[in-house]
Amino acid sequence: MKSVTKAYRPISWPMKGSGGDTGSWRTHRPVVDHNLCNKCQFCWVYCPEAVIDRIEITIDYTYCKGCGVCAEECPTGAISMVNEEEE
Amino acid sequence: MATSIKKLPDIEQVLSGNGACGGCPATMALRIVGKALGTNAIMLLTPSCSVASMGMTPKLGYNWPCINITFASAGSSASGITHALEIMKEKGRLEGELPTVFSWVGDGGTYDIGFQALSAAAERNDNIIHFCYNNEAYSNTGVQRSGATPRGTYTTTTPSGKRQPKKNMALLMLEHNIPYVATATVAYPGDLYDKVVKAKNTPGMKYIEILAPCYLGWQFDMAETVQLSRMAVRSGAWLLWEAENGKISFNSPSSNIISGKKAAEPVDEYLMKQGRFKRLLQGSDASQRIAEIQGDIDQQIAFMRERAKINI
Amino acid sequence: MKAAQVIMNTGTHAAALAAKCARVDVIPGYPITPQTSIMEAIAAMVESGEMNARFIPVEGEHSVLAAAVAASAAGARVFTATSANGLLYMHEVLHMASGGRLPVVMCNVNRGIFAPWTLWADHQDSFSQRDTGWIQYHCSSNQEVFNTILQAFRVAEQINIPVMVNFDGFAISHCLMPLTLPPQEDIDRFLPPHEPEWRLDPQNPSSFSNVTMASEYAPFRQMLSDDIRASIPLVKQAAQEYKEITGMWDGDTIDTYRLEDAEVVAFAVNSMAAELRLSVDILRDQGIKAGLLRPRLYLPFPAEDIINALPQNAQVMVLDRNYNFGHPGGILASELKSVLFGRRHDITVKNRVIGIGGIDLTRRFMAEQILAMMDE
Repeated sequence: MKSVTKAYRPISWPMKGSGGDTGSWRTHRPVVDHNLCNKCQFCWVYCPEAVIDRIEITIDYTYCKGCGVCAEECPTGAISMVNEEEE
Repeated sequence: MATSIKKLPDIEQVLSGNGACGGCPATMALRIVGKALGTNAIMLLTPSCSVASMGMTPKLGYNWPCINITFASAGSSASGITHALEIMKEKGRLEGELPTVFSWVGDGGTYDIGFQALSAAAERNDNIIHFCYNNEAYSNTGVQRSGATPRGTYTTTTPSGKRQPKKNMALLMLEHNIPYVATATVAYPGDLYDKVVKAKNTPGMKYIEILAPCYLGWQFDMAETVQLSRMAVRSGAWLLWEAENGKISFNSPSSNIISGKKAAEPVDEYLMKQGRFKRLLQGSDASQRIAEIQGDIDQQIAFMRERAKINI
Repeated sequence: MKAAQVIMNTGTHAAALAAKCARVDVIPGYPITPQTSIMEAIAAMVESGEMNARFIPVEGEHSVLAAAVAASAAGARVFTATSANGLLYMHEVLHMASGGRLPVVMCNVNRGIFAPWTLWADHQDSFSQRDTGWIQYHCSSNQEVFNTILQAFRVAEQINIPVMVNFDGFAISHCLMPLTLPPQEDIDRFLPPHEPEWRLDPQNPSSFSNVTMASEYAPFRQMLSDDIRASIPLVKQAAQEYKEITGMWDGDTIDTYRLEDAEVVAFAVNSMAAELRLSVDILRDQGIKAGLLRPRLYLPFPAEDIINALPQNAQVMVLDRNYNFGHPGGILASELKSVLFGRRHDITVKNRVIGIGGIDLTRRFMAEQILAMMDE
């Protein structure tokens, strides 16, 4: 049977930024030193937020929450966490 | 050998800017699950951190059709969906490959309130994957004890430390005679990926449990999420294993601990990294408490080593 | 055109056959007296291939409805059944079904509630689920159970609200009565396939019931409340069209008997209301102008139809098979008074609680009750 009324359900649709511009949560920002980076992609795979480009190793700061996992897991020390207020 | 990081697919089913805490191990693991399952899947969630993380109406942080269901019901609701899809396909109302039906549930929704329905779904061998992302407490409600909380752990409802050891939930699921059971953790993404691919390609009931170190609940620095996951495995506090049709095999590096090729690291360092243990390890009974925790770990290693030999 | 078939059948088997005729896709089930034989009949029909559906034998009633709502969200037509404590165990999921606008149809075979244990009919179970947002029918005969399940699917799927079809344990569930089965083509004409405008679909991913802020939660709840009330014309339309196609009529939102000139009106639901027709005849034979008004819908309570149907200056004798705890009588009387208040000053409402835990309600006993109430 077809509905005769629109069914009002609490429906949500996929989109980036479902929690807002989560980059504003950051206290520290990951900065990549491309000279040290060996493109192992550890930062990409461990990033909980999917904000790292696995080829370019660039970071989407609109959403990066600044957890620091990428810097911690980087085997070459190419990522450092910089205090947001020191810029 | 597990699939290497560089060979993992590009696809992202966890969308950036969701509501999870920074450093969240659940979204970290779910990203890998998404790479293995792809888009043709339906996700069920019971109340947990991942519901809080998924965005508020009308925004969704996961790129799957998702249904939030009652806390006790992951097993039965997933069965409802998989049966619905199968009969609708039989009747010609759905075309193409049927989606993978999977539940993404915390340890509370798996070990505790969801156990009955999950056990029944396993007994029926319904075609679903149940993922338990295990952060060893009710983290979403502010860190209370669950059946997955290890002995000696501080939670808000065990302020002097939990007195009882945790359940071996993955083994309980194995004893339902289901075709696939696996444990994993976020530090080993290739291992997790391979297990999810296996589960996806196995008909019937599959159970995958993922240890998810939660910095908030475990009280460590959020940057060390992966480190804690790694330390849990190296100390033997978490064993990586899988069972295909009842046959248990251990995965690296847990396989070395089980075979005796490499001893498990003493648990002390792992414990002292975490406020949930450390805060209770300041008094004169500290060594006794550590010995108790170490005893539980040693017992489980020994037990699983022997259990894996049963192959009837 | 094929002719209708008449068979002898119990109420539970009538319900199972209705599910089959509705071409349901998924039936999660769990045994509980006196509903069990619905699930047994369905399981047997699914195994034999007589019914092209999936029966899911889950491990409890909470899971029954949890599987049902999820299957419905996947796009399937879903049926199930329960009784008494099974219904109460579902309570949380009843709310999810209505809030999620999932058109599940469920039979509740009325039975008194634990504690202490009782197996027999009263209406505490269904009435106590009033505020869960389900449309509730209450049926008086095996045939009405069959007819109502088909009408329930139509209404549920038109307005995306789950429907509960209630009937008494044993008096209906286990009694053989003649059952007319309309030809399947006629049923298919009355109830076309379920075409949900939303479902869980990987081609078009969306999620269901995320955390919702009050600014959106409140309108969702308001719409649910409005749509439940808007189901009344659909209930009437379904009854009317069912009559046009099958020739059968059980009333729409209400059913009446010798009501037009009645001065004394019996007011009750379910099997006791069928028996009350005979009580009305007894009273008429004694010169009392008696009649019957049976709400077929309990929720939404058919206020306008009741107000319009009651004769001038009638004394309404509400016979409740349930308690409205904290009040002197039963739940139906309370509902009736609330709709009459400010609308029908001419009506007197009297109330007795009878038949609790399945106490036998004969025509004579109920006629005597009404006579005694006239003197109160």
